[in-house]
Amino acid sequence: MTTNAAVLEARNLSRTLDQPGGPKSLLRNIGFRLDQGQVLAVLGPSGAGKSTLLRMLNRLDEPSSGAVLLQGADTREMDPRNLRRRVGMVMQQAYLFPGAAAANVRYGPAQHGIILNDSQVADLIQQVGMAGYQDRDVATLSGGEAQRISIARALANQPEVLLLDEPTSALDDVSKQEIERLLATLVRERNMTCVWVTHDVAQARRVSDLVLKLEAGQAVGFGTSQELLHA
Amino acid sequence: MLDLLFHTQMSLGLGQAAAVAVLAIIVAQFAARRGAKIGREIPLVLLRGIVQILLVGFLIAAMLRGPWWTGIPVLIVMIFIAATIVRRRVPELPGAYTLSLLCMAAGAGGVLTVMTLLGIVEPKIIILIPVGSMVIAQNMNIQSLFLNRFLGEVRSHRGEIESALALGAAPEHAAESYLYASFHASLIPAIDNLRSLGIVWIPGMMAGMVLSGTSPIYAALYQFVILSMIFIAGAVSCLTATYLVPRRIFTPQQQLRRLT
Repeated sequence: MTTNAAVLEARNLSRTLDQPGGPKSLLRNIGFRLDQGQVLAVLGPSGAGKSTLLRMLNRLDEPSSGAVLLQGADTREMDPRNLRRRVGMVMQQAYLFPGAAAANVRYGPAQHGIILNDSQVADLIQQVGMAGYQDRDVATLSGGEAQRISIARALANQPEVLLLDEPTSALDDVSKQEIERLLATLVRERNMTCVWVTHDVAQARRVSDLVLKLEAGQAVGFGTSQELLHA
Repeated sequence: MLDLLFHTQMSLGLGQAAAVAVLAIIVAQFAARRGAKIGREIPLVLLRGIVQILLVGFLIAAMLRGPWWTGIPVLIVMIFIAATIVRRRVPELPGAYTLSLLCMAAGAGGVLTVMTLLGIVEPKIIILIPVGSMVIAQNMNIQSLFLNRFLGEVRSHRGEIESALALGAAPEHAAESYLYASFHASLIPAIDNLRSLGIVWIPGMMAGMVLSGTSPIYAALYQFVILSMIFIAGAVSCLTATYLVPRRIFTPQQQLRRLT
């Protein structure tokens, strides 16, 4: 491990799928480096490889080449379960597990032998603006409410890095703004390092410090939000 | 009426088979005229069925002269063939053949071995082959249902499974609820067969035993034994699958494979 290690670093990440018609390249030679508290927006149209990049960072997908380093350590050397506890993820849809909101929040820590008590669960649910919803059946929640619980569920693992895969794109306009504000506040308050995938340039401008632009699996721009989006 | 035309058991059997085959073809032709595409298929299926079952009849007749254990390789071959049929139901599952083979060896193979050792299935060719084939065939159906249902659950709940993985869940745990939903669904026919036994249906084997002069009470008890064996074999094979399947749908890096 190096002494000045970035919190999260991607080195020459590529992913190619073997298909019957021949190999298909999804992402080619992507690299970036994030320090503590930095938010990277990954921008690009559908099919640019944004989600593929994100899924390689917590190893839900395997890079064909290149490496991801967390606090300087190669993630290929880590137990995937431990990596995913340290690198949390919020998906486009909430994908809550059937049952109460509290059970969803307890799920992640329980996978690592940690049982959250009632006040810890209440605190997490309150942080996402859902105070008192612990016992609510998730089947009765609206899209925005479900996404809030999925954020609390990801935060329950106390991740060092948060990956956000278009967390507002499946929501209505009002919920979209609320969830964006909530996430931006949580990330700033906790000084979390974050990779935020979006196709919304305005959103990227509002929430990010750094921007990586992708097109057809290739990086077409990388720099500060100020340089790339405020010019 | 047929017994007036045919005077030996063999010729009577052939006459009965020909009569039902003609009737089935007539029904299929009527259905074909209404648009059902079974006009050509049914004669072939009937021909294939009669040839296969006659071959088994000849095989059993030949084996009756030999020692009982010659039935064991026949049942083993049946399990191998059943595994190829299960594999065809789930071609997208990596290693489906070996998986099905192991599960049915544990289920049907294990149950038949234990029941034979306990004396519940008498070690006689005339019992071992028909009872064994029934248990293996039903085990094959249950195994196909289980894998088919499970892969369907995985496809439709990919987001939930990957959410669980992303929270640090072990692959077996991420897929657990879908494994047991499939386990239950695949055993519904076997459970319902036991539940409705004697009320909704009288199974063919019991009817056959009664027709051949066995006491109806003993035939009923024996039929219960067979259906229970089918349930046990199915449950054991699917339980085995719940341990083995996760290794095939997840990569060694604990990623959910694409099932296309």
